[in-house]
Amino acid sequence: MSEAPRTLTPASEEEVAAVVSEAAAAGHRLGVEGGGTRHGLGRPIETDATLSASRLTGVVFHEPAELVIAAKAGTPVREIEAALAEHGQMLAFEPMDHRTLFGSDGEPTIGGVVAVNASGPRRVKVGAARDALLGVRFVNGKGEIIKSGGRVMKNVTGLDLTKPLCGSHGTLGFLTEVVFKVLPRPERSLTVMLGGLTDADAIAALSSALGSPFEPSGAAHIPANARVTEARTLVRLEGFSDSVDHRRAALAETLARWGATQTIEGNEADGLWRSVRDAALLSEARNAAIWRIACIPSKAADLAVEIASAFEVAHWFFDLGGALIWLAIEGADDAGAAAVRQALAHTSGHATLVRAPDAIRQSVPVFQPQNETVAALTRGLKQSFDPSCVFQPGRMYADI
Amino acid sequence: MDQLIAFPEPDRAILAQRDALIAGLAKLLPADALVTEEDERRVYETDAFTAYRQLPLAVTLPRTTEEVAAVLRFCSRHGVPVIPRGAGTSLAGGAIPQQDAVVVSLARMNRILEIDTANRFARVEAGVTNIAISNAVGPDGFFYAPDPSSQLACTIAGNIAMNSGGAHCLKYGVTADNLLGVRIVLVDGTIAEIGDPVGDTGGYDLLGLICGSEGQLGIVTEATVRILPKPEGARPVLLSFDKSEEAGAAVAAIIGAGIIPVAMEFMDAQAIEICEAFAKAGYPAGAGAMLIIEVEGSDAEMDAELKRIVDIANKHNVRIVKESSSAMEAAAIWKGRKSAFGATGRIADYICMDGTIPTGRLPHVLGRIDEIIAEHGLRVANVFHAGDGNLHPLILHNANDPAEFRHAEEAGNEILKLCVEVGGCLTGEHGVGLEKRDLMTHQFTEADLRQQMAVRTVFDPDWLLNPAKVFPLELRNQPEAAARVA
Repeated sequence: MSEAPRTLTPASEEEVAAVVSEAAAAGHRLGVEGGGTRHGLGRPIETDATLSASRLTGVVFHEPAELVIAAKAGTPVREIEAALAEHGQMLAFEPMDHRTLFGSDGEPTIGGVVAVNASGPRRVKVGAARDALLGVRFVNGKGEIIKSGGRVMKNVTGLDLTKPLCGSHGTLGFLTEVVFKVLPRPERSLTVMLGGLTDADAIAALSSALGSPFEPSGAAHIPANARVTEARTLVRLEGFSDSVDHRRAALAETLARWGATQTIEGNEADGLWRSVRDAALLSEARNAAIWRIACIPSKAADLAVEIASAFEVAHWFFDLGGALIWLAIEGADDAGAAAVRQALAHTSGHATLVRAPDAIRQSVPVFQPQNETVAALTRGLKQSFDPSCVFQPGRMYADI
Repeated sequence: MDQLIAFPEPDRAILAQRDALIAGLAKLLPADALVTEEDERRVYETDAFTAYRQLPLAVTLPRTTEEVAAVLRFCSRHGVPVIPRGAGTSLAGGAIPQQDAVVVSLARMNRILEIDTANRFARVEAGVTNIAISNAVGPDGFFYAPDPSSQLACTIAGNIAMNSGGAHCLKYGVTADNLLGVRIVLVDGTIAEIGDPVGDTGGYDLLGLICGSEGQLGIVTEATVRILPKPEGARPVLLSFDKSEEAGAAVAAIIGAGIIPVAMEFMDAQAIEICEAFAKAGYPAGAGAMLIIEVEGSDAEMDAELKRIVDIANKHNVRIVKESSSAMEAAAIWKGRKSAFGATGRIADYICMDGTIPTGRLPHVLGRIDEIIAEHGLRVANVFHAGDGNLHPLILHNANDPAEFRHAEEAGNEILKLCVEVGGCLTGEHGVGLEKRDLMTHQFTEADLRQQMAVRTVFDPDWLLNPAKVFPLELRNQPEAAARVA
């Protein structure tokens, strides 16, 4: 790309609206940015200016007894987590921090979390960012200030625009404020671990744990190929201390047919789950392409092997009980796109190319290709929010 | 007396062509899948919002997605409005038809198609009842979590249309949190698969948009839902207080202590009296307010959690603590609450409000509700989901007295506006439907609504699907205008 486009830093929602109206009238294209830590996601884009949320910051309100927090979109995630921690609460969906994978600097923002639906391993118990998102305020591509949802836990009033906004990579509107449901931080967290399992056995064990009444809040498998010495299968239990003790014992029985379990807790376990959340296990070979593949757990082991067998060097691990494969491929001209797409042609699943050089993300689809009906609805939605294509042109798909 | 909520004028041209349209539909469907006789169509003229009714042009009862697609393709080509219908249990009038419309009932699409316990999902036809899913996966130790009070009758199609909740969604979330995919027929008859087993397709979240869209984006014919393992056990406790404020403060303190019970239900004095008279559940006579709080887990876990809850309640002047020591006692505690609407219906007509408020505003809102109801010379019973602030004031009245019914409607509207004023919303789980359509401008700006309408237009360019609902008539008398704006 040529010289860096200028950055616009409106300090209020009204200023955002004015900037966007002007851009729409002038036919300018705007990139959007929170903390700038996730620029590597999506297709590379060319824009006339970058619209930054860096001056839209601060917690608007936090009502601990109502389990709700509202913040301006540019508020650092760290600041929100600190405000919640003071009251023993947390963003339960465990937003992924992309800095490890991209080697990027800066502070992830809460608006960025919404834009990419950044979620983590606790998704198996509490859902993703989109499930915790109660409301948004944003400026659409016509420069209009729009709100959807609100600050209450249950709300079915009108079409829920928070859902398409979440995970739209800034292509539908510029977020100015977001409201999240939060949860109490568990009194205790511990991880039950099995060692040395094959991928297929590990996923069967995780399915058994997730099908038990013990409510795991994490279910991951790290094969020996993922740069660890012995395969490790992890199930996290969280809650009040006495309850966690009971569940650990009961879960060990459930898992007994896959071997004896070990237990870890404290910093070691927290670090492990952070590395699962951030895909840090795969980040090191900096030239490796990284894929995120959502699939049916019982198909995950075969799918990973099928894709990996096409390459000399491939590493992977499983999160969400096998419903998510993180896969690193080295030495492929197309980042492995042809092999990934071909494998998914005959089983249901969705692959996203999370990390690859700009030139490759320009030339192969980053997101799962859509059938004609879904593609038409996608184009229609873009048009309904951003008719003159002001925001992030081409970020998700070449034609929108 | 004119009714408060207006229907759009029926399209005379469609009414005039009725015979030809019915002949056309008859070619697409088996004879028993098309209802045309007036006395049979009457069955479909309203739903659980019974004050309003309209006789539809015809009713179809398709058995397959392809039949639904054929009906939609036909209606689309002839510009005929279509009203999707599940079990017709909507309290908001979501399934009430109009004279120039064809009803598509999913009543015959009620098969469980696939149960996959290893991957924890079930795939069902959309006309299955909510409870049928839990019944089907129950023997394997699983259940489907959202549990609207009407779960014996209501369909998953209707649950998806309204994004329904229930008493247990404090812990398990609403329909949107438990829906993985749908097969949907778009207005032009196109069949689309939206969603995936992990709810993570990478594109725009169309599934999240469809859930709660009140039958205006398409007709869902199949659903893939998440199923969850049953807890080891579940046990409710009943807590009674002299004052609503004390019960409200106890709820806030429980959540503040990091406890998220699976359900926290509130009933006021009037509701306690009505339910006890009907269900003989052993509710405390003369209590000012009552909470039913349910916990889950092993016996030891439930003992520990109930102790934490009762300790907190004691600090908030709890009068009576009634723990259940058997499954029968537990069922009795729930029986009164779950029969609240039915029990109320025995003593008076009622309309049920569904606003949600920030729970911190509870004492203020309950006080204002009493004032509003008194101003209109009516009575109210309050039952609601206390953990999430979703209120259900039941406004008692005599529906045969038009002036009194009008008072009930007006009082209801004032209560819903109050919910919005304190930072809440018009509807927490029942949907906007016909009932709250004209109140939408109190919660949203015109720009907010125009954006929603532009999105709706993407799916249904001519506004044929459930057209009288959700968006105030004055904003969209010319739907093509909304399309042009987009």
